[in-house]
Amino acid sequence: MLKLDGVSKVYRVGAFGGRELKAVSDVSFEVGEGEVVSLIGESGSGKSTLGRMILRLASVSGGTITLDGRDITSIKDRKEYYRQVQGVFQDPFSCYNPVFRADRVFAMIKEQYFPRAGADEWRKRVEGALESVRLDPGNVLGKYPHQLSGGQLQRMLIARAVLLDIRLLVADEIISMLDASTRIDVLNLLADLRARGLGILFVTHDLSLGNYVSDRTVVLRHGKIVEMGRTDLVFGSPAHPYTRSLLASVPRLHAKWTDAEMTDAVEDVPCAYHEAPQESRTRPGLAEIDSDHYVACADKEKA
Amino acid sequence: MALNVTDLRVYYRTLRGEVKALDGVTFSVADGEIMGLAGESGSGKSTLAKSLIRLDGRMRHVGGTVELDGAAMPLSDDDAMDEFRFRKVSLIPQYSMSALNPTRKIGRMVGELLDSRGERPDRAELERRLELVGLSKDVLDRYPIELSGGMKQRVVMVVSTLLNPSLLIADEVTSALDVSSQKAVATTLLGFRDRGLVTSMMVVTHDISLVYQIADSIMVMYAGRLAEKAPADVLVTAPRHPYTQQLVSALPEVGVRYEDRRLAGIPGSPPSLLKPPGGCRFRDRCPLAFDQCAEQPPFAEVAPGHLVACWKAE
Ligand SMILES: Nc1ncnc2c1ncn2[C@@H]1O[C@H](COP(=O)(O)OP(=O)(O)OP(=O)(O)O)[C@@H](O)[C@H]1O
Ligand SMILES: Nc1ncnc2c1ncn2[C@@H]1O[C@H](COP(=O)(O)OP(=O)(O)O)[C@@H](O)[C@H]1O
Ligand code: SF4
Ligand SMILES: [Mg+2]
Ligand SMILES: [Mg+2]
Repeated sequence: MLKLDGVSKVYRVGAFGGRELKAVSDVSFEVGEGEVVSLIGESGSGKSTLGRMILRLASVSGGTITLDGRDITSIKDRKEYYRQVQGVFQDPFSCYNPVFRADRVFAMIKEQYFPRAGADEWRKRVEGALESVRLDPGNVLGKYPHQLSGGQLQRMLIARAVLLDIRLLVADEIISMLDASTRIDVLNLLADLRARGLGILFVTHDLSLGNYVSDRTVVLRHGKIVEMGRTDLVFGSPAHPYTRSLLASVPRLHAKWTDAEMTDAVEDVPCAYHEAPQESRTRPGLAEIDSDHYVACADKEKA
Repeated sequence: MALNVTDLRVYYRTLRGEVKALDGVTFSVADGEIMGLAGESGSGKSTLAKSLIRLDGRMRHVGGTVELDGAAMPLSDDDAMDEFRFRKVSLIPQYSMSALNPTRKIGRMVGELLDSRGERPDRAELERRLELVGLSKDVLDRYPIELSGGMKQRVVMVVSTLLNPSLLIADEVTSALDVSSQKAVATTLLGFRDRGLVTSMMVVTHDISLVYQIADSIMVMYAGRLAEKAPADVLVTAPRHPYTQQLVSALPEVGVRYEDRRLAGIPGSPPSLLKPPGGCRFRDRCPLAFDQCAEQPPFAEVAPGHLVACWKAE
């Protein structure tokens, strides 16, 4: 469905845009129908930049992004595109105007995309969308943003995306602002939407959330992919030292950072990319070391 | 005994009435103890933290006492509290790193802050402390925007502990950081205690797995009251309060393969603190609730250092 091919992004920064900052370099991966792909990396690694390019909120400096084989920048009708692809972001509060009732976000969708829908029919659709994100319409409709919790507001934004019958959702750090017990509800909701065929790009810096919800994982560092593939392989047998060090830093409930096995994890191992036979280098800069498990060269990172 | 809090009540005045954000909490933090403080959003964690430093205009100290190293803290006397702030108890507030003044270099900001406390900046000591948290003294000549989130957080931590407070309260200092910076910041907190720069610590967080890494004990709040306090290992492996039990089992972890297995959330939401219901506040979400829960359970010790507010936990 969605395919990134050698995508790069260069920002012009500094006085008069005199300096170039390469936020994303040569990134290729796919998101299929009914698949959750998590994009993991520390802050500044280019996760949001990728998300914004997919949402056409930022231009693509190099490479192509296609949806069902069509270059997304060639889809002139933006509305047609946004009917299929929508984004939800970190801070749910900033998406609402405190002066208006929160459900105004639904009215705006109606105005823009379904101006001819009848009031009754529309109300049923909104209620259906709310129920699909496990919100009780009677509980949230007609309320102001400050009367709703972060988790409720975040779920309403997902409901808004669902109203459009989208095919791909870009979810950028949507869980970070929520507390532990609400987090799991939103994660389970994403899993429900996936079961209905939605493709989801789940952007996060929290590895435990990515591990829980995603089928495939892409690990990004300084704008480049260091490792990617099936989530159980990337998390179960991480091959790149960077992935290993991230995993070793993740706080766990039953093992402490100080436990011996945790510190062993980051010890020097030979570069998996160079250990792999020549013919496994099936993608630029990546070796396929297992079926659907790719790793980049470790030595280049040291430089 | 470093900190003794007894039946503390702090309410917020609002147009619709008083929000009972802290409604009778009793606990203590021992010398050298790092206590994690967890609980749902809105459960009163930050209110507790702020109460020990400065009540804002809308907060009212309704009852209860706080004692630090044997001295009673005059919570509602803003001027008298000056003697405690920063010197005896110091707070790293939630969102503090985004609150650094963007137009001041770090060094100048620290100087002004110390000045306002009537202290003279000791440059050598400041540099030594920065080094301790893995920062070079060059950061003093930089603007906040030039530092990463994790670096800013460590600057704030150094500043808040310069006068070796007896109690340090850190409110959600790691939530906005990625895993490697989280680990660095958490380890730094631990180092402060181990080097005796602060005596005891209260670490407020949503992230139980993280605070478990550094805390001696963890206390869980629910709807303005305490649900449970226990040694960190016990709270994570054998919690006794139904809320803690559900909270801990709702945490996704790395190193576990979920496939199609789902973790269960906690259905329902916490009660309004404007007119909280009587009895146990977890009652309408609790799978074990029974008749007696209409009465408020005491926060009682069920094992040494393990306190629980639940009728079923005895
Ligand atoms: N200035 C205020 N005026 C009125 N009510 C307030 C104010 N600040 C907080 N509250 C209320 O007091 C209760 C406790 O809030 P508090 O900020 O202590 O929660 P918290 O546990 O720190 O939450 P979080 O995890 O989101 O930081 C909540 O019901 C909140 O809505
Ligand atoms: N609008 C922008 N102008 C200039 N630089 C930017 C802009 N947005 C992001 N960057 C830079 O691009 C890099 C990647 O940022 P971002 O995609 O936001 O990372 P992440 O979401 O992984 O934290 C960072 O170095 C960031 O400072
Ligand atoms: S006191 Fe009753 S309602 Fe409260 S947690 Fe215990 S069993 Fe549940
Ligand atoms: Mg981002
Ligand atoms: Mg708080």
